[in-house]
Amino acid sequence: MQPMTTEQIRVLIARGKMKDTIFQALGIICLAIGLLVIFLLVGDMLMRGLDRLNIEFFTEFASRRAHQSGILSAWVGTILVMFVTAMAAVPLGVAAGIYLEEYAKRNWVTDIIEINITNLAAVPSIVYGLLALGIFVYTFGFGQSILSAGLTLALLILPIVIVSTREAIRSIPAMIREGSMAVGATRWQTCRYHIIPYAMPGILTGVIIGLARAIGETAPIITIGALTFIAFLPPVPFTATGADGVSAGLFDWVMSPFTVMSIQIFNWTSRPDPAFEINAAAAGFVLMGMVLSMNAIAIYLRYRMRKNIKW
Amino acid sequence: MFKQSKLVSALAVAGVALFGAQAAHAQIVKIDGSSTVYPITEAVAEDFQKAKKNAIKVTVGISGTGGGFKKFCRDETDLQNASRPITAKEMADCKAAGVDYIEMPVAYDALTVVINPKNTFLKQATVEELKKLWEPAAQGVVMKWNQVNPAWPDAPVKLFGAGADSGTFEYFTEAIVGKAKSSRGDYTASEDDNVLVQGVSRDVNGIGYFGYAYYAENMARLKGLPIVNPKTGKAVEPSGANVENGTYVPLSRPIFVYVKAKSMQKPEVREFVEFYMKNADKLIREVKYVPLPKAAYEGNIKHAKDGKIGTVFGGKNEVGITVEEIMKREAKM
Repeated sequence: MQPMTTEQIRVLIARGKMKDTIFQALGIICLAIGLLVIFLLVGDMLMRGLDRLNIEFFTEFASRRAHQSGILSAWVGTILVMFVTAMAAVPLGVAAGIYLEEYAKRNWVTDIIEINITNLAAVPSIVYGLLALGIFVYTFGFGQSILSAGLTLALLILPIVIVSTREAIRSIPAMIREGSMAVGATRWQTCRYHIIPYAMPGILTGVIIGLARAIGETAPIITIGALTFIAFLPPVPFTATGADGVSAGLFDWVMSPFTVMSIQIFNWTSRPDPAFEINAAAAGFVLMGMVLSMNAIAIYLRYRMRKNIKW
Repeated sequence: MFKQSKLVSALAVAGVALFGAQAAHAQIVKIDGSSTVYPITEAVAEDFQKAKKNAIKVTVGISGTGGGFKKFCRDETDLQNASRPITAKEMADCKAAGVDYIEMPVAYDALTVVINPKNTFLKQATVEELKKLWEPAAQGVVMKWNQVNPAWPDAPVKLFGAGADSGTFEYFTEAIVGKAKSSRGDYTASEDDNVLVQGVSRDVNGIGYFGYAYYAENMARLKGLPIVNPKTGKAVEPSGANVENGTYVPLSRPIFVYVKAKSMQKPEVREFVEFYMKNADKLIREVKYVPLPKAAYEGNIKHAKDGKIGTVFGGKNEVGITVEEIMKREAKM
């Protein structure tokens, strides 16, 4: 083979660079399409729903009259359900993740568990709804309550929390673990003082991604029976709610019937009166805002925690 | 197995003990069922809560008539919204669970066949013509307007209709094809009537059917097709007046609320039902349904007081039944 001339090498390099540029352009185009779609969607919702986005929209219950209708029971319901979901999914998921990474022996049982967890993340949400209807609503007798909904969504996001916990732990260099044990720390002490704090930013990201998925879920919540018309809020602890003046207990609210944002939106889009579409757009925008602010909090916390890690 | 069930019941007990069984003092009227009846019951619930200054709470869900009856017959709800009478199977379920109920017709719904406003050739349709278009044998065969009626143009038909789980689908097929749930399958089906509204309003060859309220709210972009009354031979427009005077047949139907007899003992449910019947006329007009004659609402309250439980339909749906006929049968119960 003849050695290449300088000319030929130049052509070769130019061709390579050309491909590089093309790929870069393609990447930018793809990114732009994605962003454009989101901006159009949010912009469209905002434009259509702007008329309804006022204080009353947040402080009024749903009504048959579109312009008097608000999302009070929906946003309160969503926040309470998310709270229960987080309370159940985070401790369970993080503990399971730590166990699998730090304690579990490498054998076929662990392998099967691992494969199953990954597969569970891909199970359609309606299936969790059916499962929860049988277990939480009927067998445990929780009824169609905030508790049932919160636990259902917790099941749904559990695999996400576990997987992200494990990935966060894996990204910690082995020398940290070895160093800790070398000075005589037990496995628990290593976890408690090193692994968990260092993995926290990653865990938090997983939790927020999970909650962001859960907040928009409609199918499993409809399955367990969230309500479409509900013009009262769950009882506030230690205040009288009924006509008899009996105070509500600390945990009475978890057994209360409820509705959530996604169901309210779904209901509004399927009404005969087109005026409700404005409400649906406004509520959709609020839901987007809730997801985005959750993400913002996560990013901020992650930033704060990363700053505190000193290896 | 034994161990497991013990564990489950222990957990259940712990759950109830921890959170307290459904706050015992809360007075909640629980309602579920049909999406067709929902707008009416929702309007009543809203005004009732305002009138009672929120001392009594009302919840209304949408599980569909069938899904709602499942809950109703499991003794989970106080009232059941139904766009058709209770079926024989549901009667058996309720009986097995010891749930007695009072049947109350609350309004008329007129199933409306709609076409695109730009459609100029279609002035009216007979039940036979609609049957030719919608019967199962038409599937893949009747694709053009002139196959139904030679006077109509040689243009494709675009069909839109209710999904197979809805009471609307059941009633339309029974009234038009002659057998419930018997329909061609090659049409755009949706449980969400707004999808059908948009479909027909965007296609000049579109034809579809759904509840009157959706037509009433979208008259600007849809045309209601007059249906020939099989008895008089005259085409009758879908309208509140024509439903009330009984000429819009066979597509007008009564819709119902079933009240659990045991719940009627509870003052909050009794008050709600009385409020419902007293304000039905005004509220039903507001949500674009057709109210029954006043005597029907008074009759409902009276039947509840007299404890007339059960259904007058015997587990079967009937096409073209009038509310007068229902009242007559109830009187004999």
